[in-house]
Amino acid sequence: MQKAREYRRQQLRYAYAYLLAGALSIAAYALAVSASTFTDTSFAVIVLCAAALQLYIQSRYFLHLDDKEAPRWRLLSYAFTWFTLLIIAVGSIWIMNHLNYNMGMSPDQMDQYMNSQSLKGF
Amino acid sequence: MSESAEMIAKRDKVQLGFWLYLMTDCMLFTSLFATYMILRNSTNGGPGGSELFSMGFVLVETLILLTSSYVCGLANLAIHNGRKKEFVVYLGATIALGIAFLTMELTEFGKLIGEGHTPQTSAFLSAFFTLVGTHGLHIAIGLIWASVLIWALYRQGRQEDILRKFSLFAVFWHFLDVVWIFIFTIVYAMGVK
Repeated sequence: MQKAREYRRQQLRYAYAYLLAGALSIAAYALAVSASTFTDTSFAVIVLCAAALQLYIQSRYFLHLDDKEAPRWRLLSYAFTWFTLLIIAVGSIWIMNHLNYNMGMSPDQMDQYMNSQSLKGF
Repeated sequence: MSESAEMIAKRDKVQLGFWLYLMTDCMLFTSLFATYMILRNSTNGGPGGSELFSMGFVLVETLILLTSSYVCGLANLAIHNGRKKEFVVYLGATIALGIAFLTMELTEFGKLIGEGHTPQTSAFLSAFFTLVGTHGLHIAIGLIWASVLIWALYRQGRQEDILRKFSLFAVFWHFLDVVWIFIFTIVYAMGVK
């Protein structure tokens, strides 16, 4: 009896997480297709925040990273991986989008240079 | 259920190894995401994401994969509570939804390529096909893995082995859904905007 109730409770936890995650996806979809007044940047920030929230929900309720009995190295390695990933991703994008500063070119000159490079092929 | 000390030691070791693999897989996807972000405007005069992607189609795909991940969680609960029949039903649903997702993804690829938007067209499309295709490949491997698990459930009687193996699959499957959230957001939602 006790066991069956515990089973139900755990199932409900999954169901809540599922509904929340689904709602966030639908919200991001609605924002993307509606003719909204958001600029591209604020739209990107909003949907990325929705994605981060979904990441938190799924990590917690599906991957059970909040589990007190789970080994500690799991949460630690997960957090450290995300930290490294952010450095790689944000760093790469930042560097590649600011190449012109480092090469003393204007953005237009940079585009021209990149185009001429890509025409050369590999 | 009581596990022997030997089983627990084995489970912990396997879990650590698998978890580390997943973290390196995260790095792989991050590199592909960064590449995509950098190349997404390099369309070589061809169409960009806003002309190519159909948001409604992708939303259905997203919800199917999310449901698959959810049902997989239910299967994990069922097997940990010793409910073998429920487990098989849930795992079967997980696989069916996974197949539906993969079919939709391949349909989208087929449509794009059929219209001449191949990976060779532009850097944007190369990055797109690589990123989404790598995710699809993971899904395909996961589907094979899940099918083997169902077969193993009937082949071997040891509940502990099935439990350990299935826990790993469940983590893998949830992880793939987490990656898809970012594909949905960065590639599709930010692409059509």
